[in-house]
This record gives sequence, structure tokens and C-alpha cells, in this order.
Amino acid sequence: MKPPAFDYIAADSIAMAVAALAAAGDDAKIIAGGQSLVPMLNFRMLRPSILVDINRIAGLDVIEETSGAIRIGALTRHYQLETSPLISRHLPVLSCAMTHVAHLAIRNRGTIGGSLAHADPAAELPMMALLLDAELRVASGSGERTVTARDFFLGALTVDLASSEIITGIVLPKLPPRTGWGFEEVARRHGDFALTAVAATLTVSGGAIEQARIALTGVGATPLRAAEAESLLVGHALERDLVSRAIDAVRATIEPETDLHASSDYRRHLAGVLTGRALAAAWRRANESAA
Amino acid sequence: MSKSCEINVTVNGTTHRAAVEPRLLLTDFLRHTLGMTGTHVGCEHGVCGACTVLIDGDSARACLMLAVQADGRNIETVESLGRIGQMNALQESFHEHHALQCGFCTPGMLMTTTDLLRKYPLATDDDIRKGLSGNLCRCTGYEHIVKAIRAVVGKGHERP
Repeated sequence: MKPPAFDYIAADSIAMAVAALAAAGDDAKIIAGGQSLVPMLNFRMLRPSILVDINRIAGLDVIEETSGAIRIGALTRHYQLETSPLISRHLPVLSCAMTHVAHLAIRNRGTIGGSLAHADPAAELPMMALLLDAELRVASGSGERTVTARDFFLGALTVDLASSEIITGIVLPKLPPRTGWGFEEVARRHGDFALTAVAATLTVSGGAIEQARIALTGVGATPLRAAEAESLLVGHALERDLVSRAIDAVRATIEPETDLHASSDYRRHLAGVLTGRALAAAWRRANESAA
Repeated sequence: MSKSCEINVTVNGTTHRAAVEPRLLLTDFLRHTLGMTGTHVGCEHGVCGACTVLIDGDSARACLMLAVQADGRNIETVESLGRIGQMNALQESFHEHHALQCGFCTPGMLMTTTDLLRKYPLATDDDIRKGLSGNLCRCTGYEHIVKAIRAVVGKGHERP
């Protein structure tokens, strides 16, 4: 179908965008890459009175390095993130995850701010924000605020973002030294939304795990961190028995939905298998970098 | 009815000036306003890839972009690749390898591949298959399409 009628404004600054949002009340939508929004318009699942286009705001698509972190502007395209040398040096797990986000033509247009604001329960970027302890920067007419990824995702397609607010960027702490990573996804076809995906980082010290992070997508309304599995890994070397217990902990904490593409049981099965693979890859890389 | 917007869009090297309603999709602007029907419309929600065009050199779904967003942009469509009797190397290869039957998906396949081979001139079979994963063909089974692309890899594929 075709989108319903709406008015359109191309903002050239954050200030202009938030002013337009405030003036429209609850009835405006931001359009960035449009890769999730335009299908919803075409299906008429959304009928905004006005679209505020942020594509022409200069400087909103910058990836920059600070001493301990990487700051990524909200308008950064998925393909930019996938191919960024800064990201591959400091957050290689994110470079890998981005190759699984949809298809080249979608990655060329889709933006990280859009993906986070849309919060599809099977998308990769929200899960990576959660894994990497991201902070989101949010602006509105009344100023700026910071929200952690842990607090941002509230439900399927539901986030802590008011209709007057806009995500301006995210800040991701660099991976610590002696850290390895793993990313594993199963989708029906390369580039489709994940049936289930698991990402992990392990930081090792003296042959034992010092910090473990495990995040999952596709197994709930929001991306999840596997806190129990993470804590039982700390202080130990990654041995087969420990992996089994981490897998059991992951499977026990999730309640995946059944849909057309996969049953709840299959998703739970995948979550375990992929956790094992992601941990093994993270352990191997961590020991390589510590050697 | 919403206020229409004035846009200047360069399509295959020619700049067009038009007044468009904000809700007009780029696909419909190309096909209905400009009469350039090479860009096909399949699913209209970004799944099939038939409407793929290049925007400032990068492949994109024309059904997921508003015409008004194309203001000031440089668009390349399948019509830019060659002419009847004078196809480019990629089109020739599709012809030689039977990489199309009904032809509906072909414009999207060609434009996706054009972006892929510009970005990855030495694309492997795996790169080709992943690169085409967003383009649906219901006739060929894809084997011939992959063969056609493989045959031009590394030959400096460029549009004429």
C-alpha cells in the first residue's frame, strides 16, 4: 500500500527537530533511515500528522573515539558501523554483529538511532547496546539526558523515549584488555531477523574469567542479559562442565514466544547452543589476546 | 491533503524538478512522475528487493524512501546500466548465464550487484550469496544469477 498523507519537515539541526516534535504534540514521527518506519507507514500501522526528517542534520553520523569509549552519532548507518576501522579495533564484536543486520541495501540506509528507538525484539543492535553497557544520549526541548541500555528497552517496540525526544547518539565503553568475544546467530535466511542470537564477551586474568557478559535477542519482548550465567562464570576457567551450567542457566531464565518461524522450545534450544558457541569463541579470543 | 514540496533530483545524470506530496514513495516518483518503469515494485515493504536503486552510490530500497527525501540526491536506476543492443558487462552476463526468466526481480538484482561489486570487486561466492540475500527471485533458483555475477567478478565491472 501507500503511506497515508502527512506533512513533512526536513530539520537541519537537533534544535529544529525537537522544536518540530514539541509543536506537533504526540502526533509526529522522526524519520531517519526509514527502514522500519516506512513499511509501517505503507501498511498504515502508523498515521503521523507530520514526519520530521533528520537526515540532513550535519554531524549526527560521526563515529569518534574518546579515551575509554566510542561515541556513535544516531544517524550513523549500519553499513558505516559495519565497516568502521574504529569499531573493528575497539568493539570487534559489534562489527561482526552488524554483518547480520538485514541486507546491504537496508544497511546502507538504516540508522543506529532508528534501530534502537524501534526496538524490534529480534534485532541485533538493541542486544549489542545491552551487551556493551551502552549509554544513550537523548535530547528534547527541555535539554539532554542519558539513559542506560538496561533501562531503555521496556517491551516489544517500546522504549523509554517520549514523543518529544530524539536519540542523538550512543556511547559504548571500549572492550577492556584481555577480552575475547563471540557472536552467534541463527536466522531462516542470512539477513533476516534472528530466530535467536547470542553475543558474549569474556575478560580473562590469570587463566580465569574476570568479567563475563552474555546478551540474547529473539527470546523475549526485549533483548536480555543472562545475569545468572554471567555470574557463575566469573572466577573460573571455561571448561566443558561450566559451559553446560551456563547453558542451563540461560535456558532456565528465558521464556521465548512461539511464532510462525520457530517454536518456543526451539528458540530455547538455540539459545543454549549459541551461548555455548559464543562462550567458546570468546574464551579462545581472550586467551589469544592475553598470551 | 498535505502541502507538496519542491524537489530537485538527479536521475541517471539528468536533474528533474518536481512538486511532490510528502507521502509519494521514490518508486512511484520514478515510475509515475518520470515514467521510468525499469524500477519494479514488488512487496512495497522492503522485503523483495525488486525496487533497489542507488542513492548517492549506495543501494537502497526505493519503496522505503520518500521522493521528498531524494531532494538533492543522485539516483541511479537500472536504465543507467545500458541500452537495448548495448548492455553492460553485468547485463550481458545475466543474459549469457540465463540469470533471469520472468525478469521481474532483474532490475533489483542488477542494481544490488552493481553496489556489491563496487564495494567488493573481488566478491567471493559467499559474498555474492550474502549480497543477494535481500533480493527474491521466484524463477531461477538463484544458481544462474550467482554464476552470472561470478563471471564478471574481478573484471573491473563498471557501468558504461
